[in-house]
Formats: sequence, structure tokens, C-alpha cells
Amino acid sequence: MSLILDINSSLGADMIRKLHRWPGLVAALFLIVLALSGAMLSVFPALDAVTAPSAQENQTVADLATLARAAHPGLEQIRRAPSGQITVWWFDENTPGSAVFDPITGTDMGSADPNQMEQWLINFHRSLFLDDTGRIAMAIAAAMMLILSISGAVLVSHRVGGLRHWFDRQQGPFAARFHTQIARIAVPVLILSAFTALWMTGSTFDLLPNDEANPAFPRTLSATAPMALDQIPSLIATPVQDLRDLTFPADTSDVFTLTTGAGMSYIDQGTGAVLAFDAPGLWTRIYEWIYLLHTGQGAALWGLILGLSVLSVPVLAVTGAISWAKGRRAPLRGMAKAAQAETVVLVGSEGGTTWGFATTFARAMQAAGQSVHLAPLSGFAPQSYGAARQIVVMTATWGQGSAPTSAKGALDRLAAATPSVPMAVLGFGDDSFADFCAYAADFDRLAREKGWQILMPMDRINRQSAPDFNRWGRAFGASIGIALELNHQAKAPRSLPLTLISRRDYGEAVQAPAAILRFAIPKISLWDKMMGRGFGRFQAGDLLGILPQGDRMARFYSLESGSKDGFVEIAIRKHPNGLCSGQLMALAVGDRVDGFLRPNPAFHLDHTKMPMILIGAGTGIGPLAGFIRAQGMRRPIHLWYGARHPEADFYYGAELSDWRNDDSLRGLHMAFSRHGPKIYVQDALRQDAEGLRQLMASGAKIMVCGGRDMAMGVRDALSDVLAPLGLTAAQLKLQGRYFEDVY
Amino acid sequence: MQMKSILAALVMTTAMTMPALAKPVTFVTTLSEYGGRGAYFAVYLTDPNGDFAGTIWLAGGKTKYHRHLTDWARLSDGYLNPDATTGASLGAGRNAQITVEIADALFDAGYTVHMDAAVEDMRDSPNEVELPLTSTASALPGRRYVADFGYKF
Repeated sequence: MSLILDINSSLGADMIRKLHRWPGLVAALFLIVLALSGAMLSVFPALDAVTAPSAQENQTVADLATLARAAHPGLEQIRRAPSGQITVWWFDENTPGSAVFDPITGTDMGSADPNQMEQWLINFHRSLFLDDTGRIAMAIAAAMMLILSISGAVLVSHRVGGLRHWFDRQQGPFAARFHTQIARIAVPVLILSAFTALWMTGSTFDLLPNDEANPAFPRTLSATAPMALDQIPSLIATPVQDLRDLTFPADTSDVFTLTTGAGMSYIDQGTGAVLAFDAPGLWTRIYEWIYLLHTGQGAALWGLILGLSVLSVPVLAVTGAISWAKGRRAPLRGMAKAAQAETVVLVGSEGGTTWGFATTFARAMQAAGQSVHLAPLSGFAPQSYGAARQIVVMTATWGQGSAPTSAKGALDRLAAATPSVPMAVLGFGDDSFADFCAYAADFDRLAREKGWQILMPMDRINRQSAPDFNRWGRAFGASIGIALELNHQAKAPRSLPLTLISRRDYGEAVQAPAAILRFAIPKISLWDKMMGRGFGRFQAGDLLGILPQGDRMARFYSLESGSKDGFVEIAIRKHPNGLCSGQLMALAVGDRVDGFLRPNPAFHLDHTKMPMILIGAGTGIGPLAGFIRAQGMRRPIHLWYGARHPEADFYYGAELSDWRNDDSLRGLHMAFSRHGPKIYVQDALRQDAEGLRQLMASGAKIMVCGGRDMAMGVRDALSDVLAPLGLTAAQLKLQGRYFEDVY
Repeated sequence: MQMKSILAALVMTTAMTMPALAKPVTFVTTLSEYGGRGAYFAVYLTDPNGDFAGTIWLAGGKTKYHRHLTDWARLSDGYLNPDATTGASLGAGRNAQITVEIADALFDAGYTVHMDAAVEDMRDSPNEVELPLTSTASALPGRRYVADFGYKF
């Protein structure tokens, strides 16, 4: 595969994407019919294998021929299919006959006529009933499938950072993720299937050398009387398992023609001598393997694997088309022309996500009274931005630091351009990859080298974090003197009604009402699921957006449950005058509220077995409890938990003591601010400094959830505690060992 | 359907030394409903000694399948390079005809018209039909795939 990756770099990533997209869209329908008919055909070898009688051990062709001729005196031919099924043909009383033959009982088992359904499917599968025209069309479809499979494999291997990561978990919208998940399992079989199809077509059209066994027909035959079948040495020497075909002499001037895997021989009917023999050549041997691999004839189990794998093709076609359609962006309403815009926003986007962020930014700028032009970064042309006061570049990175689709060629254009108005660069990426925002950094570096004035230092948005984006937006707004709030929602939220199935109340005693609310997962149709409209797969740490009545502005709550738990659970605390928390607190079991899911991969548990340090306060315990529930048995987890009073807001108190007892939770460190010694969670951390240092030394990761002040206090406390190890919270964050979900 | 002169070839294979007169002969066949894919077939002549005398009609364009016209392939000595391909394979139940010119000297002279047929995934059927070449029209049913084969003037 390193070969393919080299091809990739020489062809260019964009080329590969086109190779994947256009054949896919054009050939989708052909490929679907090809795949469905192929999948149906894959069943027949299995049926043959099940119904074919097995010959007796040690049965020879001489035995079989004797049996068959006893049943049919006018026997002309015996053929053994790769499945083991034996067919005999005869000609008695001027009537031809044929039957499937049982080599043990020596009787006919049924009709030898080809299965009409199978014949129909084969004709359809290889030529759409259009003879050579259809064969060529289907061969082109197979070629497209080969191109799609290989280009898709290159794209996946590039995206996940090499073949070693082939089976890594995927991110992204459901359709795209589903597409990749199915493809990476099916793709080896699809490549094999397409390649063998093309080989077989090449053979049918005489494009490959023909070196089938072809012994020269003997010039002279013995004139003696026919020998008994069970006297002919080569028939005695050939086990039935090796037989492919035995054709009987038509008259005295003819011979026995015996075909086995080894080759074809002509046998004198008078003497039983082998008069001529020829073995098939290499091309024929290869063809036999290709035929077996494509049809599963003689390898029934492989045939079924093949059939199941090609069933992926319709799914891939549909999910691929959906991803393509969704990837195309909606234009910005009220957009200014490039020459008239005060702010030019240039976007380098791969799957369309960065377009979404850029559009949010552009709309917010418009709302702040700015005229905005939004365009792909690949069209970078500063000389034409006549009215511009600033250029904002928002770009993702593709693979190992390459340009994403809509930024192709932008670095060359930047290198050739004369610096004009100030620029700001914002990178989008995933910090779990080594080349986090590498393309944005390249762009920023080159711009500075070329002498561009930089409006604000380049920043990075990790894993589509909306809060980070808003923080950047505020800073950007400040730099140009406007107040900017970027409330980015990955998509217009398509909410679903959530039904409350249970609730647990806390905090009445301290006049701080709070509750843990559990909702049923909304049920949706498969189509909506494909379109990514439902809740899909989610896990603790993801966000639940709630749309309160009387306001379209969503409020977000950290989820405490994953889809595997079978419910949607959040912890809420009533805010004085809070619209949304007020409505949620008033819900009774059976009531509904509108909500939607927002993935938050920046606050997910990883899949290692390293120890975890969880730190939370108040309702921030929510996702942390979800983590313990999901993974407690698998890794050592230690929780530092701040609450007010054990009688008031000790959420999950009962579960926590259960988890402590069954060792899901290795350490539980409580800090009550209005009870006993009255300490905060950061104080508890300082008290447990030695234990924390030991955990960190053994590779632990830290996840913090709670209010902003608490998070700051925790950061300070940890930096103090870990100073002897030479670690700070900031460093740990850079190393991917420190995660926060702060509100 | 097509007029094809195989006069020259046939004259060469006969002992005749003088240019002979020839007449057009139309070969007609109807396939039976044998329930399989399109049939390949070869129509050819043998001389009074049973030796190959020429191909009249070869239906089916893919040379890799020509070996399944067993007798024709053996007699014509090298099916990989057939001397004539004169049409596509013929579907079950369908009919077709071809008109060729044959030297007068070959009629009523002990020559025999043969037809070999083959169908994918079904038994090869050499010598489906065998007819003496005479100056009167003649037809016969075949053994397996051919409902009717003959020639007329």
C-alpha cells in the first residue's frame, strides 16, 4: 500500500478525490444492479454444494462410467462440476437425454437443464441481455468499481494516517462514517471481484492468450473391438474427484476424450491406450483461479463471503451520494462581491465542516454591519479585494499537512501575491493527529514571510469546538473594534421530541433545586438515520441541545449516558430566572421537550487502559459519572468530586458508593463546601497531592468538568501539585493528557 | 442472409483443374427451444473420403469457444484460426440462413454437409446434422439443439 500512497502523492490528492467521486456518481446505478445480481448468484454454488452427492471414496472414473452406462446405454458424456455434481448425457432411441446423476446409487437425481433463474441472472449480470454491448458496459462498471475501491482505500488510508490505522474509529456525520466503516471491510473483496470480472471479460473477448489443453487428434486408431469400460487403464487410474469431463466416442472413428485438472487426453476405444495428451497452459490455469474467485463455483463458502461483501455496494452508493450532496454548501445570503466586501473570508474545507464555521462567522459579521465575501481559499486573489479591510482565512488540513479540497493551489497564489490588508488565519483540525492544523500553520508562516500584516496570531480550533470558536470570535471582534458572538451550530439543529422517563431531585434543602433527568432515545426512521437526523451513536461527554419553549436559542447540557445505555441523561440545576432550566425542572414523567444531539469528541474517553483522574463539581459530575458507568471495570478511575452538602446536591451518591464497592471506582475523594471541613474540590486535590503525582507518573489522564471558576481553580491546584514532576496543566493539555468541559 | 463466395476455396480443395460453374445455395436452420444461451455452430463440407473440404458457415464470433464445435475443430485442423466467421451465435428457437456459391462439381459427388453445435454450460453436440450434398433441396432435424437444418436453391 505504500506504493499506492506514493501514487497518491504524485497524482495529487484532488485527483484521487475526483477519481472517487465521479465514477461513483455516474456508475452508481450500474454498480447497484451488478452487485445485487452478483450477490444473488453467489447463493447458487452453495446450493449446488449442499445438493451434490459426494462420490464414494476410491470410486474411479471407470466405476462411474460403468454405472452410468448401465443406466443409460446410449451414454455420450459425463461431466463433474466443481461442486461435485455429476451430469450425464445420452442419446437413446433418437432422443437426447440428460440428468444429474448419483454416483453412489447409479440413478438419475433430477433434471440437468440449467437453472433458468440462474441463467437469467448470469445473462443479466454479465451483459444486461445486450450481448457484447452489455458485456462492455458491465466491464466499464467493473473498472469503475476497481477505481472506486482503490481511490477509496487511498482516501481512507490517507485520512486515518496510514494503513496501520485502517480500522481506527471514524469521526464525522453518520452517512460518511457508515460509508467508510462498510467500505474498509468490503474493499479487498470488491477489488478482487472487479479485477477478476475484468480478467474474465478480457478472456471472453480473446484479449488474453488461449492455451487450453488441446491434444492433436490422432491420425490412426486401432481397429479392434471396443474395450470394456472397466478395463481401460486411464479410467481406472482416475479418481472421480479428479474428473472434469469424459466424452464417449460417437462412432468407431472416434476416441474417448478424458479431461481432468491435469489436462486432456484421447483414449483409443479398442486398446485403451492414451493416444494424445496435452496439459493446459499457465493462462488457462490462471483463468481457472480467476473464475473460481469471481463465481465461487467450487468454493461455496468463498462465494457466500463474496456475495455478502458485494451487498455493501448499494449501501456505499447511497451513503456516498448522501455525503456528496451534504458536502455541497449552502451559499451565504446577502453576500457582497469580492471587490466590495470589507471582510473577505476564505475557506479551506474538506468535508464542508469548515464552511459551516466560516458561514457562522460571516453571518455574525454581517449582523455586526460588515459586508462580507465568502469564497474558497483556492481562489485567493488579494488584488481583487478592492474594498477589503481584512482577510480572514479559515482552513482545515488534509492528511499530513496537505491542502483540503477548497484550498488547492492557495499556497502558490499566496507566494505570488503582493501583501495587502491585514490577515487572520484560523486552523481547524484534530489535535490527536500529529499534523494538527499543519496546513493553516504553513499558510500563516508563508504570509508572515511574505510580509503580510497579521491581524491576530494564528489560532487553532480543535475538533470543531464551538466554545473555542466563539472565544476566537470575541478576540477577533475586539481586534477590529466590534463585539462579535459566534454561536456556531454545526447544522441548523433538527430537534426531536424527548420524553422524560424518570427524574431524581436534589438540592431543595439548600434552596438550590437540581435534578437528574432521564429521557427515552427518540425513535427515527432508517432514512432519517442515514441522513444523520437522529441521535445516532453518542456517548457521555457529548452535548444535548435543549430548545426551550419561547426561545430558539439552544442550551447545552453534557450527556451522562451513551447510546449503549439506551437513554439520554443530563444533570441540571435551576438557575434563578433561567428560562430553560426552569422549564426542565418543571417536567413531569411523560412530558416532552425538544432536543438535539451535538457531538463533542473533545471530551470523550479514549480507548486506552491508562488510569483516569476525573475532577468535577456540581452538575459537572454528570459526564464523569457516565465515564465511570461506561468504563469503570476496564481501567483504574479516581474521582475528585465537589458538592455543597451530602444531603443536598450529592448527585449519583448511591451509584458512586456502588461503583466504589465493585471497584469500578478505585478512589472517591469528596469535597463538601457546606459540610464538615468545608472545602472545595481544588483543596481536596492539594490534600491528595502525593496520590495524584503517583497516578500521573503512571500515565494517567485528567478530565475536568464544571464551572469556569472551578476549572481555573483546578488548573492552578494541579499545576502546584504536579510542579515536582515538572508538569503543568497547560503542558498536559498540549500532550493530550488534560481535557476540560467547562461552562 | 449474406452472399459469400467460397467457390475459390472449394475448387482448390477438389481435384478439378478447370474453372467450374457454381450455383448459389441457401442454408437454413431453425434452433429448437433447448433452454440455454445462444448456440455456436459450424456448417462444413467433407469429401467422399470423409476429409475436410471447407467451412460454409461459422456462427459465433469468439474464437475461444470454437473448440467446442468438436468435429469441425478437429477436421478443420486448427480452430484457433478459423477460415471464416460468418455471423453471430443464434438464440434458442431462432432461425437464420446464409447463401453461398458452391461449385457444381461438388453436387451429387459424395460430399456431405455437417453441422456441429455447442451451447455454453450444455453438452457439445458435434455432428448435429449430416446431409448429403445433392442437387435437390433437403432438410433434417438435428439431434439436440437444431429443430431443422437444410439447404435449398
